[in-house]
Amino acid sequence: MSGTFVGMPAFPEAAREAVGNPTLRGNLRHATHTIRAKRAVAVSELDDWAALREAGKQIKDHTLRHLDRYLVQLEESVTAAGGVVHWAADADEANRIVVGLVRATGESEVVKVKSMATQEIGLNEALEAAGIHAYETDLAELIVQLGKDRPSHILVPAIHRNRGEIREIFAREMSEWGRPAPENLTDTPAELAEAARLHLREKFLRAKVGISGANFMVAETGTLMVVESEGNGRMCLTLPETLISVVGIEKTVPTWRDLEVFLQTLPRSSTAERMNPYTSMWTGTTDSGAADGPRTFHLVLVDNGRTDTLADEVGRQALRCIRCSACLNVCPVYERAGGHAYGSVYPGPIGAILSPQLRGTGSEIDASLPYASSLCGACYEVCPVAIDIPEVLVHLRERIAEGGQVTRQGNKAVLKPAKGHAAERAAMRAARWAFGHPGALRTGQRLASRTRRFHPRTLPGPGRAWSATRDLPAVPAEPFRDWWQRTRGGKDVPK
Amino acid sequence: MSSRDLILGRVRRALADVPRNDTPYEQAVQREYRREHGDRSTARTVDLLAENLADYRALVHRCAAGDLARTVAGLLDAHGSASVVVPAGLDGTWLAETEVTRVPDRAEDTTAALDRVDSVVTGCALAIAETGTLVLDGGPDQGRRRITLVPDHHICVVRVPGQVVASVPQALERLDPARPLTWISGPSATSDIELDRVEGVHGPRTLEVVLVSEE
Ligand code: SF4
Repeated sequence: MSGTFVGMPAFPEAAREAVGNPTLRGNLRHATHTIRAKRAVAVSELDDWAALREAGKQIKDHTLRHLDRYLVQLEESVTAAGGVVHWAADADEANRIVVGLVRATGESEVVKVKSMATQEIGLNEALEAAGIHAYETDLAELIVQLGKDRPSHILVPAIHRNRGEIREIFAREMSEWGRPAPENLTDTPAELAEAARLHLREKFLRAKVGISGANFMVAETGTLMVVESEGNGRMCLTLPETLISVVGIEKTVPTWRDLEVFLQTLPRSSTAERMNPYTSMWTGTTDSGAADGPRTFHLVLVDNGRTDTLADEVGRQALRCIRCSACLNVCPVYERAGGHAYGSVYPGPIGAILSPQLRGTGSEIDASLPYASSLCGACYEVCPVAIDIPEVLVHLRERIAEGGQVTRQGNKAVLKPAKGHAAERAAMRAARWAFGHPGALRTGQRLASRTRRFHPRTLPGPGRAWSATRDLPAVPAEPFRDWWQRTRGGKDVPK
Repeated sequence: MSSRDLILGRVRRALADVPRNDTPYEQAVQREYRREHGDRSTARTVDLLAENLADYRALVHRCAAGDLARTVAGLLDAHGSASVVVPAGLDGTWLAETEVTRVPDRAEDTTAALDRVDSVVTGCALAIAETGTLVLDGGPDQGRRRITLVPDHHICVVRVPGQVVASVPQALERLDPARPLTWISGPSATSDIELDRVEGVHGPRTLEVVLVSEE
């Protein structure tokens, strides 16, 4: 399964490295705190936020519970509107399909609007291997691509870079890819954005093939939707002759009307705006008389571990995620560790539950991810589709520590308990790291009453051996992290 | 087995726990959220649109119907525009008082040619007050999607109050999903560099909105 950042150390090591990098920590702290504060204001403008959140959760849950039906309906609607639907069981198949579609156009360049799904399947690398250059057009993605780097945040992938570093990257790398950066480029954001505008405009105006993801797909109408800010999305979705959208099957919603919920909750949760500057919605291709937008539209529906995730009754709620990134910005562990430490395109709390489900927990990094959390509950509080991330974390920890049934590539399998092995050692280190840094946890909201239900009778992971012989203390007022702080999972019994 | 059947089969097996008579969509989704936030007069809704547009750095102008041609001419002048793209179905009287070269919105023109045009004038399908959003649906007075994307200066005319809705739910029920839709909230912007907001990356850097009273 691709999508793993090859050679990634497990979370605790990666995190330790990030914590030791003061520039990175400074950039991250500034960014997450700024977005967090703004988001709270944007959300407080809507006095029906709780009802919107509940409706969003219900729409997504209902869709997931009947995903087969809605996928078939989506396929019919897209086809009726002039699009062509392809199905990809895994990353390799999705990449093969896209490479084939691009080759059929005879082009060797594509412009891309930022998409988590294409990052997840490693599409750029697959295209490159086939001799096709894929240009990322989102400013942050451009920074990441030019810097030969990896994204570190869902919404602002270059959040770990400051303006000086960005100037450096542009001045050094732009000429290799096309129009060079202007002479005497300074590090003011306006000048840097202008350099990106000029550099990319060349590519937009000549591009024949665009590749996108989608935030939502409407089964009823066959409509796809992309939200963005810069206009690069509109460029990619509008100017090329061929548009290929690569989308995870979980992005489906039943009806047109459902968008009214997410168009209110997504922008406010993500960029803390009432509405993002640009939203594009398209349904198949526009009839040829109007000649507006791509004449050929392909939709590639990607599974790549999603149906395995769906098979887990507790874990499937992770598929509700609308990738707003609010949970990253409130997470004390993410703030210290940075996105790269998660070893996946999905960082932060959502990454900690999504990646090990999409990829399985075979690798040390995936096995350690469910421990990359303080269980403070802040991620659940901000999530616009009410994903109970702490609940899934505890569930996955238990699964890793005690073993149990899982589904991999559609087949049922039994996971062996990880006792004494890599996963548990990784878990121990992760927990020790997280709970050994009280400063990393203090910022998290204390939700004692909520966290109480995450205390299973026997502790998963590191505490299991200890808790197996006695009942956990009733913990009315003591969050898990405090308990850990005090007892180190039973290693140092409090005096 | 095709991948389609493979995936659908996996989905069905994954959902073995879901009862066949599961709650239908209509009952599974409760819509207890509002159709509109707050109780405003029509005039106040238009004011809110103007405020929210301005808050997102659109330049907002208001005028009476009889003054529209002069207002548009003045905006093109002030921007120093030499040329303007005009959608096929734009009301000709809107541009009656400007001398600027008109470039028709034609399918055969290249994007490079469009890139050399200074401004574009369009109408809209509707505008949303609570979010400060203009919605274009490719109607005759709005033209192809690209004409409001490539030129650096977009003047969008909104008839008030007729084209103004209060909220996102009210907007969606009036729009036709079969049309290509572009929602615009302020000019192109990025916050990717240290979260400093910069206007104008790839879309128009200047967005001017003329709220024209209908009578
Ligand atoms: S889990 Fe929730 S808060 Fe986190 S990115 Fe997904 S939708 Fe947003």
